[in-house]
Amino acid sequence: MSGVEGYMYPNEINLYWSVLIVLYPYITGLVAGAFILASLERVFNVTAVKPTYRLALLTALSFLIVAPLPLQFHLGHPERSPEMYFTPHSTSAMAMFGYVYLWYLMAVLTFEIWLDYRREIVLMSQKSKGLVRVIYKIMTLGSNNISERALHIDEKVSWIVTLVGIPSAFLLHGYVGFIFGSIKANPWWSSPLMPVVFIFSAMVSGIACVMVLYMAVTKLRGKTIDMKCVDTIAMYLFYTFIIDFSLEMLDLIHRIYEADESFRTLDFMVHTKLYFSQIVVQIIFGTLVPLLLLAITQLVKLPEIARKRMYAVAGALTLIGIFAMRWNVVIGGQLFSKSFLGYTTYKMSLVTKEGLLVAVGLTLLPLAILWVLVKLLPPWTDGHSAEGVAAD
Amino acid sequence: MKITRRQMLVLLPAAAIAWEHVMAGTPEAAPNYTMSEHWWSMLIDIPKCIGCGNCVRACKEENDVPDGFFRTWVERYHVEDEDMTNPTVISPDGGKEGFPPVEKEDEGKYFFVPKLCNHCADSPCTQVCPVGATFVTPDGVVLVDQKYCLGCAYCVQACPYGCRYIHPQKEVADKCTLCYHRITKGLTTACCEACPTGARQLVDLKNPNDPIHEFLRTHAVQILKPQMATGAKVYYNGLDGSVR
Amino acid sequence: MGVFKDAGHLFRFLAIFVFLFIAFWVIRGFVVPKSFGKYGHYRAASIDEIAAHPLHFAGHEACETCHVDVANVKKDGKHAHVNCEACHGALQKHAEDPASLTPTKPDTATLCVRCHEYSAARPKNFPQVHAAEHSTGLPCETCHQPHSPAMTSGGAK
Repeated sequence: MSGVEGYMYPNEINLYWSVLIVLYPYITGLVAGAFILASLERVFNVTAVKPTYRLALLTALSFLIVAPLPLQFHLGHPERSPEMYFTPHSTSAMAMFGYVYLWYLMAVLTFEIWLDYRREIVLMSQKSKGLVRVIYKIMTLGSNNISERALHIDEKVSWIVTLVGIPSAFLLHGYVGFIFGSIKANPWWSSPLMPVVFIFSAMVSGIACVMVLYMAVTKLRGKTIDMKCVDTIAMYLFYTFIIDFSLEMLDLIHRIYEADESFRTLDFMVHTKLYFSQIVVQIIFGTLVPLLLLAITQLVKLPEIARKRMYAVAGALTLIGIFAMRWNVVIGGQLFSKSFLGYTTYKMSLVTKEGLLVAVGLTLLPLAILWVLVKLLPPWTDGHSAEGVAAD
Repeated sequence: MKITRRQMLVLLPAAAIAWEHVMAGTPEAAPNYTMSEHWWSMLIDIPKCIGCGNCVRACKEENDVPDGFFRTWVERYHVEDEDMTNPTVISPDGGKEGFPPVEKEDEGKYFFVPKLCNHCADSPCTQVCPVGATFVTPDGVVLVDQKYCLGCAYCVQACPYGCRYIHPQKEVADKCTLCYHRITKGLTTACCEACPTGARQLVDLKNPNDPIHEFLRTHAVQILKPQMATGAKVYYNGLDGSVR
Repeated sequence: MGVFKDAGHLFRFLAIFVFLFIAFWVIRGFVVPKSFGKYGHYRAASIDEIAAHPLHFAGHEACETCHVDVANVKKDGKHAHVNCEACHGALQKHAEDPASLTPTKPDTATLCVRCHEYSAARPKNFPQVHAAEHSTGLPCETCHQPHSPAMTSGGAK
């Protein structure tokens, strides 16, 4: 029973939710956040972020495809997961997952991307050859109608889909927060703020992710970064981050001030077992430093190169910080005993089904999917989008 | 649990057969038993518990409980005078082999607290199950359908008492069944059968002749973590306020 | 008419939805277990499956049907309320077919102290001894008959 201090109920010594369950809200958060960023352009007419609109959608889609995989790997009986669709339990937040996920995947993301790319898909299905042609043909769903009128209808429908998509994105990630926030047995989780904090941290991570991806990919393609676009994204990142941080601090101050029966235990945990991941990684390097960097870019007029570097550093730190936040919620919530009398230790395995390697693989998988999607459906606004495909 | 490809080939047809079984259902196990006539729970009489560990061993044997996990366990509390909020608690191997001698003989008080699933009427664990693989039966027992459970462990997180675990071999949620296979046959639970002092007693609240009714009328009885509002049905007599 | 013509591709997308939705309900009808939902949101048949688990402890009533002599000794003694299998272990196999399994006699050297060794944590009114001093190494049953342990009710036999 190594790694136990004080008293744990005997069944609590093992952690039941591993690093994969950390990954799951992280990935869903990126999906929701990336989509919200895309919706800025579409619904709120923030034209400056247009260069990232399609990239954000494709990013959201590639992460969404991967989102259920950590859960599947985690389940003791993954083959039984269809039961969640066939007999969903109405009182379970987790049962919602299947439906919200499918809704989001099919009715929101896939539909919106399809509408947005339909013109290119039809053109490519006529231009390309071989297997690629078949793929595009299937994607047209057998309709080659890209008349002005049809595209106009697409535009209108797409706007509605995005409008529906925003609450859907909130729902997708808000309910992930609710999965944790509704567990009254666990004082570290049980909080009505949890879904709200999850939504805002999701927006923060998604926006940071698309910003970093856009800068990195543009650099790799040898094109120039649209600074007006990145500046705007950074501004939105800064403001959502402030809301997110305020909410988290509100939660923290509330806990400290109320100091209920669980407080001493949780306080001790934050100062010992969670010190590095919570105080150092999440709050200092994952929140305060990027906030400071972004604040400087907002307040001081800096040259382009300095802004680029600061955005890149702030974005990367934000992504690490939000991951640490998920870690501290999921793992932190299992390190203390529900008797409030002791602590256990999480030992991450390396090569098991729920080990580190699988976690790393699942983190990289969305990027691979994104690479394929970008090849198939080029999101670039600089130069003709169809050109990229033809060149391949 | 690692599954090789070869094992997978063997397991798939086995799973298919198991699923057919799941679909068909099994015949009535106890034909003379009517669920609606019972409402099961348990009484723990703390002043009678001697910490022998008989209940833990009996439970392990009756229910094939895996090593290191417990459907029932016994805790030994040590509460110093005037420090009710900081008890020292131990439960070596769930109290299965009893307890070591006490360290501070003359300081504070010592007592044993047997724990098990509280078979809550408003159970937070069944509430969160995404597929309906755990439930409260019409006779008041919280059970797990191990042929339907996904093994997501959400119920384990939702139990305030730490009574659930994921079975390391079956990879599904596992917990106390209140010896459902015994009580439906007119027997008492294995832990009650093996308890030498009567510190644990199976209770049927719907049975008007059950001595529990007289007991509840004449004793100050408590449940664990009442603030959780779980409708816990395991009643503790003589429970100290320091017990969590 | 033009609107419908130019929105035709949208209906194709919708058709995929409708198809998947119907397929879902058809499959659902086949795979949801028959007894699901009989009493609540769960598989009612699982209750019977759990009720059919095998027994290990026979229960003292089963023991007493054959071992009337021991039951008679026990019922007037201090151990009247200690069930047989509390000391002898689970013996359902023996109860089902006595010939199949002969229970081993418990070793009093380890058995008795499990409950009666002194511990400050035990209730004060429970009989406890410091075994090493109390018996100076003699087996418990030299003085106490386990089924009726008080010295006056028989003692060494």
